[in-house]
Amino acid sequence: MITKSIKTFGRYCLFLTQVFRTPDKWKVFFKQLLTEISQLGLDSIPLVVIISIFIGAVIAIQMTINIVSPLVPSYSTGLATREILLLEFSSTMMCLILAGKVGSNIASEIGTMRVTEQIDAMDIMGINSANFIVLPKLIGFVLFVPVLCVLSMFVGLWGGWLVAEFTDMLTVENYVYGIQSFFNEWYVWYGIIKTVVFAYIIATVASFYGYYVKGGALEVGKASTNAVVSSSILILLADVILTKLLLQ
Amino acid sequence: MIEVKNISKWFDGVQVLHDINARFETGKTNLIIGQSGSGKTVLLKCLVGLLKPEDGEIYYDGRCLNTMNAEQRKELRMDIGMLFQGSALFDNETVLGNVMFPLKMFSPLSHKEQLERAHFCIDRVGLKNADNKYPSEISGGMQKRVAIARAISLNPKYLFCDEPNSGLDPRTSLLIDDLLSDITHEYQMTTVINTHDMNSVLGIGEHIIFINKGHCDWSGNDKSIYRSDNQSLNDLVFASTLFKEVKRYMERNANK
Repeated sequence: MITKSIKTFGRYCLFLTQVFRTPDKWKVFFKQLLTEISQLGLDSIPLVVIISIFIGAVIAIQMTINIVSPLVPSYSTGLATREILLLEFSSTMMCLILAGKVGSNIASEIGTMRVTEQIDAMDIMGINSANFIVLPKLIGFVLFVPVLCVLSMFVGLWGGWLVAEFTDMLTVENYVYGIQSFFNEWYVWYGIIKTVVFAYIIATVASFYGYYVKGGALEVGKASTNAVVSSSILILLADVILTKLLLQ
Repeated sequence: MIEVKNISKWFDGVQVLHDINARFETGKTNLIIGQSGSGKTVLLKCLVGLLKPEDGEIYYDGRCLNTMNAEQRKELRMDIGMLFQGSALFDNETVLGNVMFPLKMFSPLSHKEQLERAHFCIDRVGLKNADNKYPSEISGGMQKRVAIARAISLNPKYLFCDEPNSGLDPRTSLLIDDLLSDITHEYQMTTVINTHDMNSVLGIGEHIIFINKGHCDWSGNDKSIYRSDNQSLNDLVFASTLFKEVKRYMERNANK
């Protein structure tokens, strides 16, 4: 088990040495990069918006219900909703969800290219296939994920505002005052830094599993599942480390 | 010319290729034949450098593949075209995009000249009005043609084909065989075709090597194969009643 893990990690590192090379043609690379930003980033916006709005609303409702005390100020709901969204939800939880969507997408796409010999075809042509396929995905996703993170923060807060606006659980004034109180700008940067690291994990781990698929459709499915499981675990591990490093 | 000297290959302690020696000549269709699992594809993948043999050397016109550095290998690969068993077309590219791909990556030509070259290759393989179609929208035979067009787009010196007729109907198989034979002669390429289609063997086999359980058991051509007394080869090539009849007919004619 330990030997296998070390071997896999070694292979992963070797794979990355292939990925981080100068592209053969910059023009083709930039075209690929725009395509990947569109496919991995822009296409994830609806998912991020839907989940964030509902989770923002749910957090606001939960906070209102559970913080019922004359000692707790009325703006606490907004404050707590903001802190949860900024510190954990819009970075870690959102990336765990994206690991499922984007990670499985990358692993299955590259895995299918492997089993249908498209990667071999590139290698035969003298193209560094790992670099050609993975680098645009990696850079595209890492560049766009902070946008998704900030979008998730805004939309999540808006979800909480909708609860204040359309229910009588809390007032809009209290909620808005809460989300503006004791604001620490660093928490936004903390969320963005985390998402960049998580995006790197999702893109490289999923590409690694897809690139080394052997067999057929069944193995592509397994690789996709393994990519999601491994990247989720690594995201949680990185979350602990980054929280310790960035918030202490 | 491609020369193979004493190639051996193992997978997980099992020897798949045993000391293979062969020559694949320029301007000829060179066929590698053998039963499924005999090691044909492994040999082909060793030839193009996708697999590294444990023993032996491979020479491309005197240049040893084993001792080439990364840069030399890259240069050599630009002289290689390959047709894969499943065509290996890029799903996200159209027919034109697939044929343009090697040109975009490596050709010094202008965009207009690249388009002209791509159209020339598409016309050469007999495809019309398919430029904007995706691989999933065309038939298996058309996919093979696109793969051939892509393989010849950079004017390669060496063309490798892994079972080009698999999954095709007999008529389309013959068309693909004729196309491969024609372009080999036209561009004086060294073409190596991996097949177990006996129509190809008897139709375009200018030079044939027979791989049996990882050994090179026989070599010859589409004429001498009728006179072969290699039992394994005869069992493979003349397995069907029709081909047995053909062999008897050829032997009777030879005795007259």
